[in-house]
Amino acid sequence: MSEASGDNPASVSNDAIRDEVQSWLADNWDPEAMKKGAFGPLGRDWTAKVVDAAWAATRWPKQWYGRDYNDAQARIVETEFARVGAPGTGQDRINLWANTVLTFGNEQFKKKYVPALLKSEINMCLLYSEPGAGSDLAGLRTRAERDGDEWVVNGQKVWTSGAATADYGMLVARTDWESPKHGGISFFFCPMKQPGVEVRPLRQITNESHFNEVFLTDVRIPATNLLGPLNGGWRVLQTALAYERSMMGEGARGSRSGAKGASEKGEEELIALAREAGRLSDPVLRQDIARVIAYKKLNALNTARAKAELEQGTSSPIMSLGKLAMSRILHEEAKLRTNLLDAGSLLESSDYPRAEDANFLTLNAYFTSIGGGTDQIQRNIIGERVLGLPKEPEVDRDVPFRSVRSS
Amino acid sequence: MPELDDSERNELQNTVARLLADRSSESDVRKTMETETGFDPALWQLLAEMGIVGLLIDEQFGGYGAGAMEIERVMEEVGAALLCSPLLASAVLAASVLGASGDDDAQRRLLPDMAKGTSIATIALTGTEGSWTPEGVAVRAESNGTDWTLSGTASFVIHGQNADVVLVVANTEQGTALFQVEPSELGTAIRALPTFDHTLRLAEIEFAATKAQLIGEDGNGWPAVEQGLNLTRVALAGEQAGGARRVLDMTVEYAKNRVQFGRAIGSFQAIKHMAADLLLESESATSAARHAAMSLASTSDDAEPAISLAGFACADAFSAVTAASIQMHGGIGFTWEHPAHLYLRRARADAQLFGTPMFYRERYIQQLGG
Repeated sequence: MSEASGDNPASVSNDAIRDEVQSWLADNWDPEAMKKGAFGPLGRDWTAKVVDAAWAATRWPKQWYGRDYNDAQARIVETEFARVGAPGTGQDRINLWANTVLTFGNEQFKKKYVPALLKSEINMCLLYSEPGAGSDLAGLRTRAERDGDEWVVNGQKVWTSGAATADYGMLVARTDWESPKHGGISFFFCPMKQPGVEVRPLRQITNESHFNEVFLTDVRIPATNLLGPLNGGWRVLQTALAYERSMMGEGARGSRSGAKGASEKGEEELIALAREAGRLSDPVLRQDIARVIAYKKLNALNTARAKAELEQGTSSPIMSLGKLAMSRILHEEAKLRTNLLDAGSLLESSDYPRAEDANFLTLNAYFTSIGGGTDQIQRNIIGERVLGLPKEPEVDRDVPFRSVRSS
Repeated sequence: MPELDDSERNELQNTVARLLADRSSESDVRKTMETETGFDPALWQLLAEMGIVGLLIDEQFGGYGAGAMEIERVMEEVGAALLCSPLLASAVLAASVLGASGDDDAQRRLLPDMAKGTSIATIALTGTEGSWTPEGVAVRAESNGTDWTLSGTASFVIHGQNADVVLVVANTEQGTALFQVEPSELGTAIRALPTFDHTLRLAEIEFAATKAQLIGEDGNGWPAVEQGLNLTRVALAGEQAGGARRVLDMTVEYAKNRVQFGRAIGSFQAIKHMAADLLLESESATSAARHAAMSLASTSDDAEPAISLAGFACADAFSAVTAASIQMHGGIGFTWEHPAHLYLRRARADAQLFGTPMFYRERYIQQLGG
């Protein structure tokens, strides 16, 4: 998706790449310094070093901080970084902000923002979903109107994480109300530090606040901050969403505290939990435990097989199944953990960590089964794109958006 | 046989797929399942000439010496085409138990004809309880010092009525042992059972002081049986995964073409979402079956739980896909003429043979330390 995509792989041997990155890391990487904060807040100085040495996005062209590497060459770099635990590389795969700007920005725009985005010098957020446009994102009603050299934006966005600290938001807004819904949307790089932007935290069912509502009232965006063609924002969005999914791909949070989700822990954990609760001899629970462990194992096996098939050059339908599988794992594991505790699940607080885990997972499982496209939308995608079933007729597809029904 | 790589295994699978597309079509299956023997001898011979019947038999006995990963792929196609044959009974279960028996004489005597397909073997190893465990063995063997006789009932003997070689697992004073009985000794004591899956043949055998020959070591027969059973479970998992995939393909195709309310029914989310869920089941079954095959072939520590996992994941997937398929086909799926019920019958049979999903789940949690 980026400009390079390995069309002209750099003519350098794998061994030479490995040697170069190893010796650069040996000279520069210091995990102790990182821990002590010597690389600045959030390790930004380190990231800047990686970017300046052209390790951050090696698949990209040389003039854009890259090395024209193909995927295999880039993976060598990523492997070496991972080996010593150094962050900052692989941004050509996972930095959705920089990728989107590199793909759709003009020269001047790219010069201004690509390095800053690679170096995490500016904070970003996503202004996509709206209260009236969730699964049907193309039904969005936030409007942008041209006023001289600026666009003036009015509307409401939701599910925006990091909105309070963001310098810019990637915004989709309607710029043409006479075209059908997909054809009247434009994509903007919206400055967030201005009076018309009001951020209100959303309280989730887990009693956490990771997301915000963002109210936009006469928000002004320089005309040069339009990314991609006017009214061509839907295609830009698809690219940005693809990067976002590749960022999200792995795992989900399974407990309030753990960075690693409960769902990623080994099979031993559920068995140990049942033993601790004195329920391991219950034949019904034993069946359920085996079932939940199996869901996890099968998902891991599917992923491994998909990767192997992709490496052999055969396309695999399995990749699209991971999200559905993960939703099932999380919801079923939540039920099982609750059943293991029985009345113990009535309680909460850190004094009752087992109950906390079960109850948190019960609620947070919806993060995966609703977020990033609901399971129902995912089933449509699998049905249509993988199995080739016909699309549902869309009554609003070819109608001027102005006359489309909304709730 | 030199170890096959993955592309060679794909080629093996494709070869079997082509043969079965030609010789085990739906009409072939329907014709064959109504015959007394329940298999097509000409097709059996073709499978033998292709090396499929001798795939697991050691090269020194005229086979190919292949393993779990190869037979698993072959069985995916067997399941997809609903092949009617004694392949599982003779070429997989009996051949691998004999191969593991350590009885060189018996192997020399029996395996070459089994590899050629000129002799069909089966193994009687469970009683009417049908548990395929040491506790399920209901035949008793007694020796007068030189000769052995068997008494008791063995049931669910796959293709027992067609077998030239009948192997029997029996309890002795020393433990468990493997025996061979001449079909001529059995006569009417071998009785064909009416099967819900018409593509399957099962028999029950009443032993009454029936003369038998010991194979392997007295008292130490079960490890060879378990080894053979595990390979057979992997093969069966392949059959289930392949069957599930074929039924899903068939159902999706129908949903694309069947029009109601002016639309293909596959455009309705009620159908589309079922199909998406079934794809997850079917792909997970393939992953589980192939992983079990790989674990067994590489004798990894993970092999036992991997086989149990495949045991229930593939059985449940095949059952779920075939059951939903009938529903998604609607009225036509309720007719005898439609193949959907043939697959459902096979799925239900496969979910019982050698262990039920509940049995495998219990075994799985035990193997994981629970």
